[in-house]
Amino acid sequence: MSLLELKGVKVHFPVKKGIFFDRVVGHVYAVDGISLSVEAGQTYGLVGESGCGKTTLGRAVLRLNDITEGEVVFDGTDLASLPEEEMRRQRQRLQMVFQDPLGSLNPRQNIESILSEGMAAHGIGANQDERREKIKEILAKVGLPTNALARYPHEFSGGQRQRIGIARALVLEPDVIICDEPVSALDVSIQAQVLNLLEEIQDSMGLTYVVIAHDLAVVRHISDVIGVMYLGSLVEEAPSDLLYAEPKHPYTKALMSAVPVPDPEVEDNRERILLTGDLPSPANPPSGCRFHTRCPWKQDTLCATDRPELKDLGDGHRVACHYATEIAEGRLRRSGESVPATLPGPPSLTHEMHEMHEREEQEEQEERAVDTAQKVQKGQKGPGSGASGGDEPAPAREG
Amino acid sequence: MALLSVDELSITFTRRGQRDAKAVSGVSFDIDPGQVVGLVGESGCGKSVTSLALMGLLPDKGVRIGGTADYDGTDLLSLSKNRMRDMRGTQLAMIFQDPLSSLNPVVPIGVQVTEILKRHRGMKGEAARKEAADLLDRVGIPDPTRRLKEYPHQLSGGMRQRALIAMAVACAPRMLIADEPTTALDVTIQAQILELLKELVDQEGTGLLMITHDLGVVAGLCDKVNVLYAGRVVESAERRPLFAAPTHPYSHGLLGSIPRLDAPRGEKLNPIRGSINDNIEWADGCAFAPRCDYYTMECLTGTPQLTEPLTAGHQVRCVNPVVEGSTPNDDGDAGRAESAGEDAVGDARDGKSADIEKADTTEASS
Amino acid sequence: MSLDTKAAKIDRLAELTAKQETSTGASLWVEAYRRLRTSKMALIGAVVIGLFVVLAVVGPWVAPHDPTQMWRGEVFRNRGIFVGPRDGNWFGLDQLGRDEFSRMLVGARQTLMVGVVATLLGLTVGAILGGLSGAALTLGGNTGRKVDTVIMRVIDMMLAMPSLLLAVSIAAVLGQSLTTVMIAVGVVQIPIFARLLRGAMLAQGGADYVLAAKALGVRKRRIVFSQILPNSLSPVIVQATLCLATAIIEAAALSYLGLGNPNPATPEWGVMLAESQAFFDDAPMLAVYPAVGIIITALGFTLLGEAMREALDPKLRS
Repeated sequence: MSLLELKGVKVHFPVKKGIFFDRVVGHVYAVDGISLSVEAGQTYGLVGESGCGKTTLGRAVLRLNDITEGEVVFDGTDLASLPEEEMRRQRQRLQMVFQDPLGSLNPRQNIESILSEGMAAHGIGANQDERREKIKEILAKVGLPTNALARYPHEFSGGQRQRIGIARALVLEPDVIICDEPVSALDVSIQAQVLNLLEEIQDSMGLTYVVIAHDLAVVRHISDVIGVMYLGSLVEEAPSDLLYAEPKHPYTKALMSAVPVPDPEVEDNRERILLTGDLPSPANPPSGCRFHTRCPWKQDTLCATDRPELKDLGDGHRVACHYATEIAEGRLRRSGESVPATLPGPPSLTHEMHEMHEREEQEEQEERAVDTAQKVQKGQKGPGSGASGGDEPAPAREG
Repeated sequence: MALLSVDELSITFTRRGQRDAKAVSGVSFDIDPGQVVGLVGESGCGKSVTSLALMGLLPDKGVRIGGTADYDGTDLLSLSKNRMRDMRGTQLAMIFQDPLSSLNPVVPIGVQVTEILKRHRGMKGEAARKEAADLLDRVGIPDPTRRLKEYPHQLSGGMRQRALIAMAVACAPRMLIADEPTTALDVTIQAQILELLKELVDQEGTGLLMITHDLGVVAGLCDKVNVLYAGRVVESAERRPLFAAPTHPYSHGLLGSIPRLDAPRGEKLNPIRGSINDNIEWADGCAFAPRCDYYTMECLTGTPQLTEPLTAGHQVRCVNPVVEGSTPNDDGDAGRAESAGEDAVGDARDGKSADIEKADTTEASS
Repeated sequence: MSLDTKAAKIDRLAELTAKQETSTGASLWVEAYRRLRTSKMALIGAVVIGLFVVLAVVGPWVAPHDPTQMWRGEVFRNRGIFVGPRDGNWFGLDQLGRDEFSRMLVGARQTLMVGVVATLLGLTVGAILGGLSGAALTLGGNTGRKVDTVIMRVIDMMLAMPSLLLAVSIAAVLGQSLTTVMIAVGVVQIPIFARLLRGAMLAQGGADYVLAAKALGVRKRRIVFSQILPNSLSPVIVQATLCLATAIIEAAALSYLGLGNPNPATPEWGVMLAESQAFFDDAPMLAVYPAVGIIITALGFTLLGEAMREALDPKLRS
């Protein structure tokens, strides 16, 4: 049985409006029906662009966001339906590492205090001396000097702060650690240190990871299984190598072709699939396949009307695309694709132009829809920030 | 002839009662028309300060700028504020990392674009509006006439960056400086923007100074690359030789520490140890030495000079460059010093570094 | 190659990289104090306040004369003309022939007390209300939101009332005394502190480290009191220092309007200013002494407050 299993998880944030009374005028569909399972000892990578709901999903697993619908089964218990106090106790076994190493550490607590906070909350260690011993052991594990104990977060470098964040999760000896963009705030040369550290402690402590990141290269490096998210849903899931070798969903293909590789030979010769347009608003997601508004392989049937389910293609490869097999077999051609020499005869130019024109018109409509959606969103109150990757500014100070 | 030729640029921040902080020293590079030159480095290496100095955007007080930046016969660094203001926009333009904060939030995009056209190109009314729409169209913003009426917050991140690029190229500048133009954007949008920049350079023959931390972006876009560390160029080469044989231990280490999408899974990363703060003063030796896997005693005496140990045009600021056969020594880490590492270094030395070895021993015995 | 070489290498590197060790486990408070100590503004402010406090404490003992003692004869002998500065009466005599210098010295205590007590009152009540409101909202739930709404509406009502009107009505109820002035000035400050603390707590409640504490499984109550509250205090502390200055000025204003302490035995700068008004043409200096006193002390508190704001402002943190 899987250690962590998500069944149809949905997180919808209400969009409220009104001068005197808050009226719910719509929802931001941040996470819209995600099912996946994470095996013990594995690393599950969640990848997607900002606004795809990956951070919201990660927080939902820990119930830092309210779950609208669905189950989060952790070791046989459904976390989504636990009372608050029991959920709090479960958090000892499910930990999180945050993106912003400085922001996620209380600036007024020293390292010892930060690291013992969780232990005190869960009654680990009889007294502070016992806790300190444990903390020292973990500090050594994450590569921090013991004299760090009395120091404050602002006295460390970015990489060291992230080590503190990792140590904070480790002192509770959790089973699962959810790493939300663990390296994206760090400098390139430091990223590798932290990634290596994560791998080392996984081996030595038998941890299970859910790694959430926008950087496909990072996710591929560290994960056993990768799930690709787009606009609140999982579009493809496969073992890491398989996903790289045979991306099946058009979005995964585009994403992969867009990730820069630090090698001019590769960069000059690779085929790039440029997506047009922008991510639609999660408050007003497109009908049918969420990706059809930007998909270069979009077909006239199904795509705009039916939402594709994740289909198992064998070898643990799941894809949510109506035409995944057709695309894989080369039976469907991408619009704007240069014609392979093996194909007999060029396609009629007029047809292609017609197609492009149609696509543009479609896009325009979508964009207009997105604009209105964004206007609606502006009137939104409450915890809608998770929907766009949590990058909204903090609420303004009053007074 | 080079469009922009930067020679021995140095930028020092001075504060009363504090020691001068050298942000950049001795940075030189040339940019030809239609060429993309990359300035690569991590935070604090001085790459952004360099761009601000070239654009004349550094404050007058508390900053000392040395060297020259020759643009078409004029030294940008010694121009008056007024002359510089005229140069900006018409001759040089800059694209910033954060498109939202670089646009005025309360003024529609159209007004912001036409303002530039009115001021620098003397266009008026309908003509300016039409030109603005054309510009937006050129940078790939769909339905430009409608977009002109919109405010920055109504545009997505990618669209904003496009609008910013449209404003930058409004007066057909011959030189563009892009400071991390895609860092705030998603990869699929980044690919679009990079494509757009490439087109601009190819079609208009604009010179582009690309400032980034992302070696992947550099590999796809730049013709020449300058790697910066602690305010100095440590390696400078054409794109292909640099990526084929990164010779400074820093660039070498940087490339070894990036997870590559196309690398087989399970391949270990080789991080550079320590952090960016572990510098020594360049005057004391190589600033990178404390983090370097290859350093010797020689590294700690005086500033190393740029040399060309491999091929012409591939400059490296290192007395002990990473060439075939170099093996990292293990003794930088005081806590884990083992004699085995030392032997390995000794064995692997070629003729050049044998001298260093000698210097090493004399240094120790004296 | 010997081990010496390597040892030498390591030593040399250690020597070169050794920068002054600043990371000694200094908390933000300690660092803020360090910055405060080097600030000239803070120094001037502290010196002024220090002098003022010393004056307030020792004033009644060092005053050369009894502040209530009247040299009526002196005034008469001068044919109704005010007695200017002279030996023994450095600031001259006031309209009733009392020693102005002694009255200034003794009055410092009253003025300081008004400022401190009023601000303490505003700070305590305001911080309790704001803290309650912020805590209730952060702890969440319907009850929390209701508690917050009730408190904030009360605060809004207090804000809606003009401060002078409020003070006058309080004086009308409690009568004319120093206590009235202190309460009036303090009450006016309550909404300032309440809104400030609540706002700061809400802002801090959205911080990542709060989310991290929640993810750790720390109890909500502990999150509010050990994480959010300590981080929300610095704007309140700065505001308190600045409010001391305004409180002194406001108290003076109320005394000037005749709401202050009428007891001649306890002179107060604001009252002195008010009383000198009628004789401004004949003896302008009688107004100048207390006015300058008020201005300088208020300036001292403002300087210190601004310096503290700079020292505590996290945005300036390197």
